[in-house]
Parts: sequence; C-alpha cells; structure tokens
Amino acid sequence: MLHALTPLAAVASGSLDHPGFFVETIWVPFALMVGAFALALFLGKRMPLKGPEFGTIAVFIALIWSIGAGAQWFMRPSVDIAEKSPQSIACISRGGQLPERLPALEHEAIGHAQAAHSAASVPSLPAADAPLPKQVPVANAPQCPEVHGDGHSMAAGPGSHTPPPTATGGEGSAAPTMHVRPYYEKEWPWWQVGDTQVMWGIHVDGYTLVMVFTVALISFCVHVFSLAYMRTDRRKTHYFASLALFTAGMFLMVVSSSALSLLFGWEIMGLTSFLLIGHWWEEYPNARAALKAFFTTRTGDVGLLVGLAILFFAAGRTFNIAQINQMAAAGLIHQGYLLPAAIALFIACIGKSAQFPLHTWLPDAMAGPTPASAIIHAATMVVAGVYMVGRLYPVFFRAFDIASHDAHGALFGVNPVAVIGAITVVAAAALAFVQDDIKKVLAYSTVSQLGYMVLALGVGAWTGGIFHLFTHAMFKALLFLCAGAIGDVVGHSFNMKTNMGGLRRLMPKTFAMFMVGTAALMGIFPFAGFWSKDEILLGAGKNGYLLISAVGFIGAMMTAAYMTRAVYYTFFGDYRGPTESHGHKVEPKDGGWEYMLALGTLSVMSVVAGIINAPFFGLQFAHYALGEAPVGAGAPEPPFNIVYALLSTVFVALGIGICAAYLVKGVGRGLSRKVAPAGALVTFLTKKYYLDDLYEKGVVHFIAHPLARAANSFNQGFLDGIVNGVASMVRSLSTSTYDKIDQGLVDGAVNGAGRGAKGLGGVFGGLATGRIQTYASLMFIGVAALGAFVVALVYTY
Amino acid sequence: MYLTQFVVLSAVLFCLGIYGIIARKNGVAVLMSIELILNAANINLVAFGALFKQVTGQVFSLFVIAVAAAEVGVGLAIILLIYRNRRTVNLSDSAEMKG
Repeated sequence: MLHALTPLAAVASGSLDHPGFFVETIWVPFALMVGAFALALFLGKRMPLKGPEFGTIAVFIALIWSIGAGAQWFMRPSVDIAEKSPQSIACISRGGQLPERLPALEHEAIGHAQAAHSAASVPSLPAADAPLPKQVPVANAPQCPEVHGDGHSMAAGPGSHTPPPTATGGEGSAAPTMHVRPYYEKEWPWWQVGDTQVMWGIHVDGYTLVMVFTVALISFCVHVFSLAYMRTDRRKTHYFASLALFTAGMFLMVVSSSALSLLFGWEIMGLTSFLLIGHWWEEYPNARAALKAFFTTRTGDVGLLVGLAILFFAAGRTFNIAQINQMAAAGLIHQGYLLPAAIALFIACIGKSAQFPLHTWLPDAMAGPTPASAIIHAATMVVAGVYMVGRLYPVFFRAFDIASHDAHGALFGVNPVAVIGAITVVAAAALAFVQDDIKKVLAYSTVSQLGYMVLALGVGAWTGGIFHLFTHAMFKALLFLCAGAIGDVVGHSFNMKTNMGGLRRLMPKTFAMFMVGTAALMGIFPFAGFWSKDEILLGAGKNGYLLISAVGFIGAMMTAAYMTRAVYYTFFGDYRGPTESHGHKVEPKDGGWEYMLALGTLSVMSVVAGIINAPFFGLQFAHYALGEAPVGAGAPEPPFNIVYALLSTVFVALGIGICAAYLVKGVGRGLSRKVAPAGALVTFLTKKYYLDDLYEKGVVHFIAHPLARAANSFNQGFLDGIVNGVASMVRSLSTSTYDKIDQGLVDGAVNGAGRGAKGLGGVFGGLATGRIQTYASLMFIGVAALGAFVVALVYTY
Repeated sequence: MYLTQFVVLSAVLFCLGIYGIIARKNGVAVLMSIELILNAANINLVAFGALFKQVTGQVFSLFVIAVAAAEVGVGLAIILLIYRNRRTVNLSDSAEMKG
C-alpha cells in the first residue's frame, strides 16, 4: 500500500512510461495474424476468393500498426550517452559506474528517487545457485575514466517498467553524442514453478519496430502478390493460412521480451516453412525439400534450446531477454557459462540463417511457391537467426570478445561468428555461379548476404548488420517476386537457360524493377545495398578485422558478377522459352496490378531504404534502432568513410566488368574445359562442395540404417530381454508362491484349524451320551465343585 | 446331642442316594434314590433344628416332604409312560443318541 505513495513505485508500475498506443499494443499484429490463420483455416473455403481475404486484411492492419508504432517511437525522447573513444565503450561494456546524477526523463523527482534507489541498493534479481556468480552491487563497478557508464539496475520484476535513463555527457562537449531511446517492456505472468516465474511480454525498442515494419511490409507485398500468383492453386486456402501463421510467428519472435516466447515464434516459423516449402507435396522432391529444410534447421534448434537453458540458469533463472543482456554486458555471467551458451545459440543461427555448413536446405527450399520463398527464405525467416544474435548481442559480444580488436589492435582478428559469416559469403557466392535456375541463384545470394549480416555481427558492426537485414529484406523480396512474376509467364519454369532470355523488351516494367533490386543487391550508389554493405565493410575494417573486411570486398565483387550473369541470361539475348504449353499460348509479359503493386512498393523501398542511414541524413537508422543491448555491449558505431565507399564501388565494377566480358565478349569461355583445375572447380561447385552427399549419404544414411539397426537390436535383444526375463522370473516366483505358501502353508493352517475344531467337537460330543446317568453324574460333580468352592471361600473368609 | 452323628448319617444317605441315581438301571430305583437324597436333606434339617431347639427345621422338612411327594408323582408318571412306550424301565436302554 505504501509503495503506491512513493515515486519510485510509480515508475516501477509503469504509469509514467507511455510511448504511445501502437507501441504499447505491439502484440496486436501477432494476434491479428493468428486470428487470420484460424479464420482462414476454418472459414477460408467459404469465402469468395477462397482464403486470402483474412490474411491480406490482417497484414495490412499490421502494417498500419507498425507504421504507427514507428512514428510514435520516433517521437519518443532519447537520452545521450557521451562517447569518447572505443576504450570508453569497452569500459561501458564491462559495467561502468552508474552515475549519481540522472537527467529527468519524465519528472525530476522520479530521477532523484531512482538514483538514490539504484546507488544504494543491490539490484533485485532472483537468487542464483551456489556455483553461479552472485549479483555484485553496482556501486562496486569499475570507474570509467572519461565517461559515465550505462550500467543499469536490473528489471524490478513483473509489470511494465523502463530502465533508468543513462547519464548525460557532463564533460567533454566536443565528444560526439549517441542518442538512445529507452526500451519499453511490458510483461504478464505466464506460469510459475517453485519460486521461478516465467513471464510473457513485449519488449519494444527501435530494433523491434524495424523488424515489425519489415515483416509487415514484406508480408503485405507477398500477400498481394500471392493473390494473383496462387489464384488457381490446388490448396490456396492452406497456403494463405500458413502464410498468416508464419507472419504471426515472426511477429511473436520480434516483439517478445521472453526468450521462451522467442523460441515459440522461432518454432512456429520452422513449422510454417515446412508447410510452405512442401506446399505441392504431391511431387516427391518438394516433400523431400521440405523435410530437408526442417531437419537441417532442427539440428540448429537443438543449439537454441541448449543455449537458452544455459542462459536461463546462468542469468539467475530468468528468460527475460533484457535482463540477460544487461547481465552479460555487465560481465556478471561467468565466461564458462557464457561461451557454451553463445556457441550453442550461434549453432542455431547457423542452422536457421543458412550459414555454412548448414546452408544446404535453402536452395532446395526453392521448391515451394515463389512468394513463400520471397518472404520466408529471403526476407524474414532466415533472418531469424541473425535477429536472435542481434537481440542477444551482449552475450555474443562478451563470449567471443568481439571488442578485443579496436582500431589500434590486431589487424587480423578472428572469432567464430565473423569467420563463419565470411566463409558463407564466399562459399555461397561461388555456388551461385553454376546455377541455371534463377531462384537458386537468388537463394545462394540470400545465403551469401546472410553471411554478410553474420559477418557484421561478428565484427561488432551491429548497426551495419541490422541495417543490412532491413535493406536486404526489401531488395531480396523484390528480386524473388520478380522471379516469380517471370516464372509465372514463361511456362512455370525458372530455368534461365531454357525458358528465359530477352525479357527486357518483353517485360519492361519487371525488368526495370529487377534491375533496381540487382543494383541494390550489388551495392551501387545510391541504392539501399550500398549504404548497408558499406557500413559492414567499414565496421570490419575499423574494428581490426581487416582480413574479414577483405573477404567482404571479394564477396561484393562475386555478388556483382553472378547477378550480372543472372541478369544477362534472363533479360538479354533472345527469348529461348516456350511459346506454347499445355495447349494455351505462353506469352511473357508484365503482370497485373497485384504484381505491380508489390514489386513497386519494394522497389521504392530498395531505393530509399538506404538513405535513411546515410551520413548526410544523420544516421537516422542507427539512432532509431539502437536499443540497450548493443550499446550495453559496447559496440561502437563507425562514421562514414569515403575510401571504403569508393573501394567497394571499384570491386563491384570489377565484378560486373569481368562477368560482362565473359558473357558478352566471350572472354575466357571454355576455360573449364581447357584447364583441368578450372573444370574440377566447376564440378566441385556443381556438386555443392559434396556437402549434400556428405549429409545424405554420410549422416542421414548412417542414422537411418546402421544406427537404427543397432538401436533396434539393442532394443529387442537387450532391453526386451531384460523385460522378458523379469516377467518369467515373476511368473516362476508367483507359481512357487502359490504352490508352497498358499496351498501348503496357508491352506494347511486353515485345514489344520478345521481338523482341530472337528477333533475338539468330537471330544465334546462324547459328553452328550443321551444317558441320564451321565448327565446326573455331571450335575453332581458340578454341585460338589460349587460346594467345595463355597466351603473354601467360607474358610478363608 | 451329638450333631456330628446326624450330619454324618445325612451325608452317608446322600451319597448312597447319588450312587443310586448314577449307577442303577431301573427307573423306579432311580426315583427311590432321589427320595433317599431328599430324606437325607430332611434329616440334616431336623438335626440342626434340634440343635438350636427351634421348630424351624422340622417345618422346613415338612415343606420338603410335600415337594418330594409332588415330584415323585410327576416322576412316576414319566416312568409309567416310558414303560407304556418301551415295555421296560431300563434307563440305559432308553438312551436314543447314537454317539
């Protein structure tokens, strides 16, 4: 009761933190899509269009919601963190001193009360077990030399709250400032085990809203596109239901405050990915591809479970992501727990985000409908792994010590995340060269770009990675939908060499939009990819990962090259496709309003999405998206560097030039035939590094046959033998019990008692003779005994 | 006078009477033995009455004689009926139980 009177309680109850209606109800898009899924499933067949209405309307409302939330978030006041140098940031990441003086975010009184509270008391957390590190009071945190840290007191428990605002830059007016909008979190109790309470809630910061907007926009474009693409499909209702469920899962994952509901959304997306890839499961390869995707991502999901379990216990029995992040950033989670957790979580990222070596499922996943490929395997689901790494960034930052190479440190820094990302970039780009199917080219391109995102996260360029996620979603979805539009009109095939060619004259609008997407993908100024890819390469270079940065440049060159190849085969030359199929005429032309609306929207985004993080525009995206996590981890934000920009443009031009020379002028044609190593390389690439063979014949075959047989014989022979042995032993035991104990002992006792009674009766029966004399004599004996008794009584008395 | 003699006499007669009930086969003899017992009790009563120079003993003895008479009547009636049914008064032969 008294708590309600103190200002601190007022903050803790969240009555003063109202970022806005759309922000506070950011779970509504998730609910909308779940409702659309249920309605489509149960009522879809009765609708006039057979199902898409629910999903399309719901996702449109979700899009409006996300725009509203984004606008409201934009108007949220932000706080400064004075930034002096990377050393200061590293100090912050090690849990710098919480300042005494706090700025007034809402009320002066609240700030002072909070400062007194935070400085005086130990932050409240559920007690950890003995082997885990105890919570240290914030007052003992190391003093950072020039800057006020941003070590927060931990979440105070259920209910919505806002973290205490961070310091103002008191000294150093010349230092650049970094604005951070404090995150908004609201939780409800989900269940309780013992004294551990698991919560379900929303955690909103710029990162969340960027993701929500991305998912909503791409999903909307895909829904619109699918209206036309899947118009005559055999299972249209189920397709739209799955699409709605997928969008719901992604929404859940990005807004969740609890790692458990993040896992929930993750799994929903895995399921719907399976459903959508295998949409035409009557054809066996599609079903196989769906299974392959599901199993491969499942292999990674084990890592997610293990990692979350480790973090749950290491962070003091909490699933709250913000809490885990703050603990990791402050160095309160022992490295012995943090490193295995980070490795396990990164394995999940490798599986879900198709990094090398678990990328093999993504190209096969192109067996699904193209709009589904656009949303799931280009823009949103595959970035779930990247999102998760970005969301839990302090964990990875501390575990892999990503900040250990600042601008003055080693040149060739490595850590698992960056290395895997770099390998993926190059390996997938190489594979994209030998594909004839345009969707497969785009799939490998996606894998390569995901490698860029993971690379960015691995070198500490968090903003770069997330920005690339945002822009990539736009232009990759655009590219996939263009491919869908093309494939729809050239005889339902995506083979560039046999079905396409010369389409720039036949489908001019689609060609234009495809070129916009390609330019964005290659990273040509001023399209979206230029800004985001540049930021990644710059981050890698400036943070001391020069080797990784070089790999990034080579990847950019290869990207330009294979996209040039794809564009050439698809749009240039003469039309090689069929003109007649199944009795009706095949005529490549631009699609209807659905196609144009979807493609147009994404084209516009591909152009402008990059500008919002351009330096002359004030790095708006970075300021918008930065939440607590990366700043707490101490990830610095590099400014724009013209050298890197020019260098990347040079590499891109090289890539285009080399490929164009090969294709148009025929330079180097036939090299793979004439030179044996080149031919071997082509074979190696065509066989996808023999990874598929390794997985299928090695791993899967081993599990399915020898291992299964061994398990079966173990089960039948050993385990069943034990069970049967126990059964026979029990049977013999019971038989002997029956014979000896029941029949012999117990019945013997019973019969003996009967015989005894009979004998006794016989004895007493002998008394009843029927002769009067016997009775009379007995009577007299009795009387005599009585008399003797009386006499004895009298005498003793 | 001497109480002891009379009480001993009573006891001897009593025992003879019991012997008679138990050991005699003839029903009438059994009845006679019963009478003997009753009269032994009478002698006891009279002897003690004479000891205390009261007439109470003799009065009670008269009661006993009356009862004895009634009881003999009933007993003889039973014996008579047994004789009518079995043509013998041998009590040993009248036992019908088979055990």
